[in-house]
This record gives sequence, C-alpha cells and structure tokens, in this order.
Amino acid sequence: MTTLQTVFAKAKADNRAALVGYLPAGFPSKGGDVAAAAALVEAGCDVIEIGLPYSDPLMDGPTIQDAVHRSLVNGTRIADVLRTVEGVAATGAATLVMTYWNPIDKYGAERFARDLADAGGVGTITPDLTPEESEPWRAASASAGIDTVFLVAPSSTEQRIKAVVDCCTGFVYAASLMGVTGARESVNVAAEGLVERTRAHTDLPVCVGLGVGTGAQAAEVAAYADGVIVGSAFIRRILDASDEAEGRASIATLARDMASGVRR
Amino acid sequence: MAGNGPLGDDPDVHGKFGIFGGRFVPEALIPALDEVAAVYEKAKNDPEFLREFDHLLRTYAGRPTTLTDVPRFSEQAGGARIVLKREDLTHTGAHKINNVLGQALLTKRLGKKRVIAETGAGQHGVATATAAALLGLECVIYMGAVDCERQALNVARMKLLGATVVPVTNGSQTLKDAINEAFRDWVTNVDSTHYLFGTIAGPHPFPEIVRDFARIIGVEARRQIQELTGGLPDAVCAAVGGGSNAIGIFHAFLGDEGVQLHGYEAAGRGLESGEHALTLTAGSIGVLHGSRTYVLQDDEGQTIESHSISAGLDYPGVGPEHAWLKDSGRATYHGVTDDAAMAAFSLLARTEGIIPAIESSHALAGALELGRELGPEATILVNLSGRGDKDMGTAMKYFNL
Repeated sequence: MTTLQTVFAKAKADNRAALVGYLPAGFPSKGGDVAAAAALVEAGCDVIEIGLPYSDPLMDGPTIQDAVHRSLVNGTRIADVLRTVEGVAATGAATLVMTYWNPIDKYGAERFARDLADAGGVGTITPDLTPEESEPWRAASASAGIDTVFLVAPSSTEQRIKAVVDCCTGFVYAASLMGVTGARESVNVAAEGLVERTRAHTDLPVCVGLGVGTGAQAAEVAAYADGVIVGSAFIRRILDASDEAEGRASIATLARDMASGVRR
Repeated sequence: MAGNGPLGDDPDVHGKFGIFGGRFVPEALIPALDEVAAVYEKAKNDPEFLREFDHLLRTYAGRPTTLTDVPRFSEQAGGARIVLKREDLTHTGAHKINNVLGQALLTKRLGKKRVIAETGAGQHGVATATAAALLGLECVIYMGAVDCERQALNVARMKLLGATVVPVTNGSQTLKDAINEAFRDWVTNVDSTHYLFGTIAGPHPFPEIVRDFARIIGVEARRQIQELTGGLPDAVCAAVGGGSNAIGIFHAFLGDEGVQLHGYEAAGRGLESGEHALTLTAGSIGVLHGSRTYVLQDDEGQTIESHSISAGLDYPGVGPEHAWLKDSGRATYHGVTDDAAMAAFSLLARTEGIIPAIESSHALAGALELGRELGPEATILVNLSGRGDKDMGTAMKYFNL
C-alpha cells in the first residue's frame, strides 16, 4: 500500500510537488468513480481524495454540490464509499476520504477508521472538524493506523495554525482562499503566505487546495507548496462531458497538464 | 444577561451545553466566531450597549409586550387559564425582532457593514432587513425557493426594506439549505460581513447570543404573570423549530422547578407518515450546521428533509440548549400535527380575534391538550411568538377561504 509518507518523500526526492485529485464516490456513477479516479492516477495524480457524499456540504461550491447531489440521488452509501476507496487504492495511489464529520460520527468513529483502513484507505480530510472536537477521531485514526488531515485558512491566527497542525498527520491542507470549493481564474495570493506561516509550525508537507484549475496554476502553487489539490476542475469536465468515457479522457488530459505543472 | 437557573446557564468555553453545541465549521470561520464571541462578551457587560439595546426594544420594537387572557379560547382547554405572551405585537410581528436588534448593534461593534441572514417563514428575514434599514447596513437574505413561494408577502416586505433576497434552489429548497448557502457566503465574505443568525442553533457563540437577546420575552412574562395572577404559571408552552422563541420564554423559568416547560414541534402529517419536523421527538444526536444536537437523519448521518405546514418550523435540526433541556428532563417536547395546529389557529381567531402565526398555533394546540390534563386550576403561559398575517396564503388554501 502506498502511504502519504512515501508519496511525499518520493515527490521531494524528485524535487516536485505532489498532485492530489478529488472526486466524490458514486460520481459520475457507481463503478464509474473508480474508473475516473484510475484515469487521474494514470495521468499523474499521486494521491486521490474520495469524497463521502453528504446532504449538507457547507464548504462546497456549486460544482461539487452538483456532483455530490447526483451521487446521493444514485443511492451512494458508506459501503459504496469504502468499495470505491478499495478500487482506487488498488491502482497504487495513496487514497484518502474527504468527509464532513456527521457521517463518521453517526457511523461510529472507531468503526469508520477500521473499515477505511481495511479498504486500503490511508487517512481522512475532515473540513468541519476543529481541533477542539477532534480528539475522538484522532484516537480512532491512530488506532487504525490512518492519517488525519485538517485545514488551515488564510484567516487562521498563529495559535490556530499551531492547534490545527498539531492534530495533523500525513499533511496539512492549506485552504488557499476564504471561500468555498471551485476552480477560479487565479489562485489567491494569500496561499503562499499561509504555506509559509504553516511551515513555521510543522515539518509535515503542506498542500494547497481551493481554486486550482489549470496546469499553470498548479505550477504556480507547486513552486511553494508540497502538494497541489484539484477537485472542482475535474468534476466540471466530467459534468460537461457527453458520456463517462469522454469525461475520463477529459480529466486525464487536465491531470496530465497539472502533473506536468507540478514538475516545472 | 447571564442565565439565572441551575440549568441552561451559559455554555462552557467551547460553547457546550452538556454534550451539545460546540463548533463544527470550516477553520476559515473560527476567527470570525472568536471575534463575535469576544465582541459579544464585552458588549453584554457594557452598560452603554445594554442601554442602547433596551432603548431600541422599548422605542422601536414595542416592548414590553403585553400578556392577554384568552378565556373563550381557554374553554376548550378544560377550563385551565391560558395566558398569551404577545410577541405578535412587536414591530414586524414576531419575537425575531429582539434578536436582530441585538445582533445589528453587535454588527456595528464588529465594524462590519454587511449582514446576511437565512430565513424560513420570512420573519427573521423581515426582521433582519428592518434592523439593517434602521442601522444603515447592507442586507442579503437567503431563503429556500420553496419558502419564497409560500411566503411571497414576506419576500416583498424584505425587498421593500432594501434587502436583496436570494432564492436557494439546492436540496429541499427550505430553511436548511438557506442556512448552508448563508454559511458559504460568510466563509467567502467574512471580513466585511456578519452572519446574523436567526435561531439558537449553529456554532458557538450563536446559540448563546440569540438566547440572550430573546430571553427578554421570559423576563417580562415572568414578572407580568406574577402581577396578573399573584404567582408563577403551572406550565409554559412554546413552539420549537430552531427554538429561539421557546428558549426566549423558557429561560427565565428554568430555575422555577414548579413550572413545567413544554415545547411543541411540528408533527406535520404525523410521525408514521415520515413527513414531520420532530427533531427532538424522533431525531437522533448528530451534527448539523456547526453544532452537535438532535437531527433528523438517516442511519448514515444524511439529513432527512423535514415537513411542516409552517415554514418557520420546517427545520431538521434544533438548538443545542433544547437538546440539553430535553436530555436533562427539565423541558418536555411533544409533536403537534398540521391539522391540530390549524384547528388551534382557527379557534384563537374565532374566539379571541387574534390571528396567530402557524408556528405559535402549534403551542396553542399543545396548551389546549395540556390544559385538559392539568385541570381547571392550572395557569398556562403560551408564547404567541408571531402574528399570522404572513400565513394567510397557507390558511386560505387550508380552509378554502
């Protein structure tokens, strides 16, 4: 199994940033999700985040909301998410689950951590779990041997950044801007400063997400971050494609562009 | 403004009422929540702020609101004496005005010039638009597209008051989705914007702030009922959606052990139908909109859409303090169906000449039943949280008027 530690060590040895791709489980369809993620891995993504579809995604913009809604309407359940993780992990990519807290809370923290590890998942990203509320999840994750990734934001004070990074293993997710998910015309200038501020508190890799949509932007972010996270730009291409095969081809093209971007 | 009873006092430093409350939000919002909490902490101990708030309540909102005996209505309650706390008589016609005036003053202290709010029935939206107009703040209201349709009058009022109303077309297109959209706006514009939260749900410190601004209802009512009857009531009744009007009247009575507290949720078309908003009665503990509380959710934590004939009660979550009061046993929560609420709505109109909000009608229906249980010697105080003008479209359809 590929771990986050091996991914980032290898990327560092290659003197480049890692490329992290996000897709929700059950999107564009059950089964089609693994094929889409595999296309991203084939095109150069090092890490895949599988989104656990949730009814009330507070931090997501319209593109991810649309994809997640379709997935839920198609009946995606946690068992499907775990099957997706298993399929994606089999491609050799380090595979994480990105999820809001309530589905884990309801499923049971220890049970979720164990089942995710059994499926080959290497950790989670939990965008609405704060350090103050994270202890049960960190304990369950440590016991199952999976990583925990939390977010820092441009608004975070030094004290908050320290509190967040102290809860992270694997890497730290730096939200590039104050806003929701979605590709944008430019990556916020706050991102670089946030990465610098975060590095002052940790030796963990720092990855930048929110708003990255092109190879040029990936290159720009890769110049100062350890990883570049892309989600909405891939999803937009799948939504715009006439069928799943075209969608896969389209995201593979974009992922190749991004993979080349993180190597510039 | 701190609490005055053994239960329901201020939450702990993490905003917890027992296991309920807290903060489950993106990290980007934490500094803003910290800032709101710090500014509020200072404001609530600042005589100048309290004087300004009190001045607005008296000269603008129309406080104190009166108590009204409703003897003809009470005849249907087995002779128990029902007394109404008349929040319908406030400016804009509902208890919501108390909280928005407080938070609008807070917005100025935060140095922000824009407020956003979510609204279900429209009352909080109208109240927010009103306070924004009064204090010269830019105002954007998020409202589910379904609610925009059933509360068209309130949409027009908000627009007239200068607010921008954004219909939300995601999910169930009701209050829950309007809250999601408002959070997204806040994450994006937090530097310039205060999220003027409308109920006692949401992340800390909103449940505490909204409660403190609403608790004037109970403070007045407790004094007034003693003047009227010479003692405390046997029970206090209020409708519960998010729970702000209920906590507003309950809070002053929490320390009065002899006073029963009854909250009434919307049972919609009945528990068995699955079309209801029985969060405390039939929900389970989870996290929604930044807070741990009771939630209508499936076995995997996906929120289940709620239903009520009242847009104001159509919410699958509830304030964490109510969750705490329920589990501690200090308050009891019941369901009232659409039909029972509409029967009470009609009865109060015909017997007393008061057209209540459909939200409040749930509490009225509950009080009728409670009166029959407690007997003719009992006095029951009901929070009439708002007036029914906004609900005339619903009433016209329901009664074929």
